Amino acid sequence: MMISVGNIEKSYGEVKALRGVSLEVKEGELFGLIGPDGAGKTSLIRILVTLLKPDVGSATVNELDVVKDFRKLRNQIGYMPGRFSLYPDLTVEENMTFFATVFGTTIEENYHLVKDIYQQIEPFKERLAGRLSGGMKQKLALSCALIHAPKVLVLDEPTTGVDAVSRKEFWEMLKRLQKMGITILVSTPYMDEANLCDRVALIQDGKILTIDTPEKVTQSFGHKLWAIRSDNMYLCIRHLREHSESDSVFAFGEYLHVTWKDQDMQADEMEKYLSDLGHTNVEVKRTEPGIEDVFMDLMQKHDN
Amino acid sequence: MKILRYLLQKEFIQILRNKSMWPVIFVMPIVQMLILVNAATLELKKADVYIVDQDMSDASRQLVNKLEGNPFFNVTSITDADFNADDQLLHGKANVVLDVPQNFERDLKRNNSASLQLRVDAINGMAAELTWSYMNSLIRSYNNNIRANWMGISKFDPPQKIVVSQRYWYNPTLIYAFYMAPGVLVILVTLIGMFLSAVNLVREKEIGTMEQLNVTPIKKYQFIAAKMIPFLVIALLVLSFGLLIAKLVFNLPFRGNIFVLYGFTTVFLLGVMGLGLLISVVSDTQQQVFFVSYFFLLVFILMSGLFTPVESMPKWAQWLDHLNPLYYMMKVIRNVVLKGSGFFDLKYEFLSMLGYGVAMFSLAVMRYRKTA
Repeated sequence: MMISVGNIEKSYGEVKALRGVSLEVKEGELFGLIGPDGAGKTSLIRILVTLLKPDVGSATVNELDVVKDFRKLRNQIGYMPGRFSLYPDLTVEENMTFFATVFGTTIEENYHLVKDIYQQIEPFKERLAGRLSGGMKQKLALSCALIHAPKVLVLDEPTTGVDAVSRKEFWEMLKRLQKMGITILVSTPYMDEANLCDRVALIQDGKILTIDTPEKVTQSFGHKLWAIRSDNMYLCIRHLREHSESDSVFAFGEYLHVTWKDQDMQADEMEKYLSDLGHTNVEVKRTEPGIEDVFMDLMQKHDN
Repeated sequence: MKILRYLLQKEFIQILRNKSMWPVIFVMPIVQMLILVNAATLELKKADVYIVDQDMSDASRQLVNKLEGNPFFNVTSITDADFNADDQLLHGKANVVLDVPQNFERDLKRNNSASLQLRVDAINGMAAELTWSYMNSLIRSYNNNIRANWMGISKFDPPQKIVVSQRYWYNPTLIYAFYMAPGVLVILVTLIGMFLSAVNLVREKEIGTMEQLNVTPIKKYQFIAAKMIPFLVIALLVLSFGLLIAKLVFNLPFRGNIFVLYGFTTVFLLGVMGLGLLISVVSDTQQQVFFVSYFFLLVFILMSGLFTPVESMPKWAQWLDHLNPLYYMMKVIRNVVLKGSGFFDLKYEFLSMLGYGVAMFSLAVMRYRKTA
């Protein structure tokens, strides 16, 4: 196991950030930590990169304990924090050289690792990092995190606040790095990115809800899922929730995702119910569950 | 060692690339030396005197003449009635009112004694006292003349009297700039050592690079040394520059050994930088650093003996001043520059400042936890 987390707990005063988290990441895996803001993703990541000590439990990365062997471990982890945290008053090249040097290496030595990414920003290597665009800053940050050839790359919400095109590009870069044999742990609040990971852990309120491949996670959704819409979506949610047989009703893009306690509930029955309540242009269809549906479902069970 | 060298290189690039650094290094010393040293003076240049002469006699004329001829006093006007003398003080048109009462000359001749009245504006107590004592000595000498003239005592065969002749050591001409310039240099060095290094360190926290650095194998001492050394160098550079200005502009004598001064300044800087480091370790933003260091700086500067002698402070304050690094440095720099004191004359100050530095650095390093 490349990363192994055993029953970790962490509190900040009264606030419990992590309540007994365990997970394992295999070598060469692209592992996603999926959860909303405040779920405990950043706390877990900061423990793994030796910036935080757990209150209870232990974790190892590449067989090295994150508390006891933190010094050795730091050479093996590449960490990209959620916030851009390079020197804005140093140039692109100076930032790269700086991080290479403090890890006791040079840009040339590990150039093959960052080549794909760094080449895109190399034309601007004389520019101050603070003057780069968002996407270029991100590429520079990733290059700096990789320059010492880490075994594990840990990224904390790398795509938060990044446009759709850059997000796609970024995931492609991660895939390429994975092919080079780097184990990657990435956290994200975006459910749609879960499908790009080998395995994901859904995390909420400092607890892991489930860990599996994205396919298996979606398959675990044990209900028939319906997508419903009408002209008045707001009333539509209310009316469906008021229905005695409805189980869960969530807005999902332009449709509502609805499950019923009675799995044999038919589409025309639903349509009739809504039309009788005065809804126009009612549309009801079956749909396949996504990670988000599973997440909502698990969260609901967890809350009860 | 290689890492430290590279960290230092990075710090210098950043510091020199920071456009506000150049004025700090070159403009701040010039401005502070020229303005502060010249402006902050306790010397009495001219006191405005308003004279109410109700006697209008030979004797009173002589006194007025003496006043008019004295460079310290500026006689604004002479009247024969005390109508608005108080207003002159009230409106700040005069610093002193001298009253010569009616029958001044008659009393002097008949009774061998007469009175004068002095009213001094004492808003600034120190200036008032100086004015009073200058005035007093002027009247005393006037008195001596009168006795010589009227009582027929020959100038060439004066009665026995004790003559006190005085010499001011280390600053014989009492040039106030010689006293102020070294003091201002200490302030300059403190600002750079404490303020700039603290702000620089907390900036790494603010922009998030601290987080990135903390996952690197950089060691605590390397990081702290790389933060402190550049400002130590800059502070010593500013000190040299300031000394040069003091020499060129004020012709400040330098009687001591320059290396003794640099040695003491380095030890002093360790103390104030340690304090700055401590402040930045417990702060999260530059704003917090500003406020906390400003508080310390203000107390330290006012209690350092820059303007008012420490010996005239209450006992408890003098005792408290032993925690003030500027108190030691103020003493050291004045003694080295003006008196030519050497290392062994100041070993108590040396040990105190060294102890201060060690204590501050230990506290700061203890609070600075990389893995916390």
